[in-house]
Amino acid sequence: MSAHRTPRRTVRLNPTRIGIYTLLILFALLFLIPVYVLVVSSLKTFAEVQDLSRLWSPPTGLHLESFRAAWWGIPEKGLRGLSQNLLNSVYLTVPATILSSMLGSLNGYILSKWRFRGANVLFPLMLFGMFIPYQSILIPLTQTLAAIHLGGTIWGLILVHVVYGIPITTLIFRNYYAEVPTDLVEAARIDGANILGVYWRVLFPLSVPGFVVVIIWQFTNIWNEFLFAVSILQKPDVQPITVALRNLAGSQIQEWNMIMAGTLIAAVPTLLIYIIMGRYFIRGLLAGSVKG
Amino acid sequence: MASITYEHVWKRFGDVIAVQDLDIFIEDKEFLVFVGPSGCGKSTSLRLLAGLEEITEGKIYIGDRLVNDVPPKDRNIAMVFQSYALYPHMSVYDNMAFGLRLRKTPKAEIDRRVKEAAAILGIENLLDRKPKQLSGGQRQRVALGRAIVREPAVFLMDEPLSNLDAKLRVQTRAEISKLHQRLETTFIYVTHDQTEAMTMGTRICVLKDGIVQQVDTPQNLYERPDNVFVAGFIGSPAMNFFDVTVVEQDGDLYVDGGTFRLKLPPEKAQAARPYVGKQVVFGARPEDIHDREFSPPGIRAEPLTATVDVTELMGKEVYVYLLTGKKQFIAITDPRTRARVGREIDVVVNMDNIHLFDRDTERAIR
Repeated sequence: MSAHRTPRRTVRLNPTRIGIYTLLILFALLFLIPVYVLVVSSLKTFAEVQDLSRLWSPPTGLHLESFRAAWWGIPEKGLRGLSQNLLNSVYLTVPATILSSMLGSLNGYILSKWRFRGANVLFPLMLFGMFIPYQSILIPLTQTLAAIHLGGTIWGLILVHVVYGIPITTLIFRNYYAEVPTDLVEAARIDGANILGVYWRVLFPLSVPGFVVVIIWQFTNIWNEFLFAVSILQKPDVQPITVALRNLAGSQIQEWNMIMAGTLIAAVPTLLIYIIMGRYFIRGLLAGSVKG
Repeated sequence: MASITYEHVWKRFGDVIAVQDLDIFIEDKEFLVFVGPSGCGKSTSLRLLAGLEEITEGKIYIGDRLVNDVPPKDRNIAMVFQSYALYPHMSVYDNMAFGLRLRKTPKAEIDRRVKEAAAILGIENLLDRKPKQLSGGQRQRVALGRAIVREPAVFLMDEPLSNLDAKLRVQTRAEISKLHQRLETTFIYVTHDQTEAMTMGTRICVLKDGIVQQVDTPQNLYERPDNVFVAGFIGSPAMNFFDVTVVEQDGDLYVDGGTFRLKLPPEKAQAARPYVGKQVVFGARPEDIHDREFSPPGIRAEPLTATVDVTELMGKEVYVYLLTGKKQFIAITDPRTRARVGREIDVVVNMDNIHLFDRDTERAIR
């Protein structure tokens, strides 16, 4: 149906443009190579995957045993599946993301719209938290969690991520709210809202784009985080998927197809978050509030 | 409905004094305009009353109630912002109902007030729209409506017209004046535009550098400005100022500008007598300088010859930019004037309406 061509912007193909595209395609391929190996290996049988000379070749068929094994485990070999751990990751990531986003949003609101005495000192101090390396605080962290009876629990790890997330979420929201006209806050104050009322009724409904950015960021980071999780959660039945993934690797024989399948399973939720949240990335939410 | 009292109010931002010893009593139902150039403290004065800024020193009363420590929401005020500050996620109806809902006003009452305000402003058909679907003028009306439904004791307006185009501004100006008469509430209005101030205010407070220059009715500000600043700020085009010397000749007093010598009428001469031999500032409004040929009858006219620099035809009148010596000044003349650029012209000054100011204190000599 050549009659139904959508009109296209004509792009002139000059040498510079061809050069740029070639370079971009090259880099795209380069970045996709590991993903390719990941996908093809996960679809191979154990026998296939052991032959390293065929690392690059596609699988002989759609072998989904590896996924089954990664998900349910192989009890006779003493191998735990990832199903429980994926749920653990959800139990960890969802509350931690929501809590840290809310905290960041409230902090950002106060820091950008209620400039209290000392705010200029407090904010840089908060940001400083971003630069504290995870490794340096592991021991006091585990001790503190033990002292407040949260050691070895998912809630303990949630607390850690919420606290560690404060700097970045605060920074993002503070900058986002700086764009929201202060007149709106003042109008709401005169209309009768108190400090929290202004937030809930005016700022929060306008925060969707800020939340999208922060949720994607926090979800991805917390989901993929390994060091805190492995240090705090010792028991396999509470560990998140990133830690459990490591346990899939046997001590002598590596079942690469199963490990690759497990990795793919672990990566799906972050991909979903990008796709789902991206839809809510609305521009122009503030249009019409002040003189356009 | 309430009076407003600013009692020796000061506002400092660090080392900067934004408002200095503001001391005014504003009567119930008055329309007071704070006017002045940018940075004069007019907006700050309004925001102090709104409770959006903290008072450094002094007291503010709304009615008999001291409001220094009362939060904005409990001051029974409504404010219209220059930017309108409409809530972008709410419909026009919700924007207007917001303040009433927060105050737990019964639903039926909210509905009645919103519809009534919308009717006054002619925006009934816009109630379901979002702010971004409105034009600038419509947004402005919604902002006004949001204030009206609250039925506050005082309306505060911070340059509400400055984002409108010229035609709409003139129209809305008249509507706000009408609104004031209809609502019979105290209005406090901030603007940098002296025309807005003159046309709307029952009284005007002229501010400069945080200091009150004069508080008076529009007519008094125009006819009897207290100092050089007020004289120059009120009126358009601005008053002409000349550095002159008061001289005495045959018992009469004259102002001598080097290239001209004008006789002072008896009342003005009496006030100027202590300044004989001294320099003063002589002020004459462009509308009080006429082409001699078309000078209106019955004025105490003193002649002056000047060279025409530029002419601007405005339609019903001509702005003639004149030079006497090196000093430029403006006269508003009859359009039939024969003033031609580069030629000399005889003009007359209406000496009944001239102003004299002390050169050092810049205060009016009366």
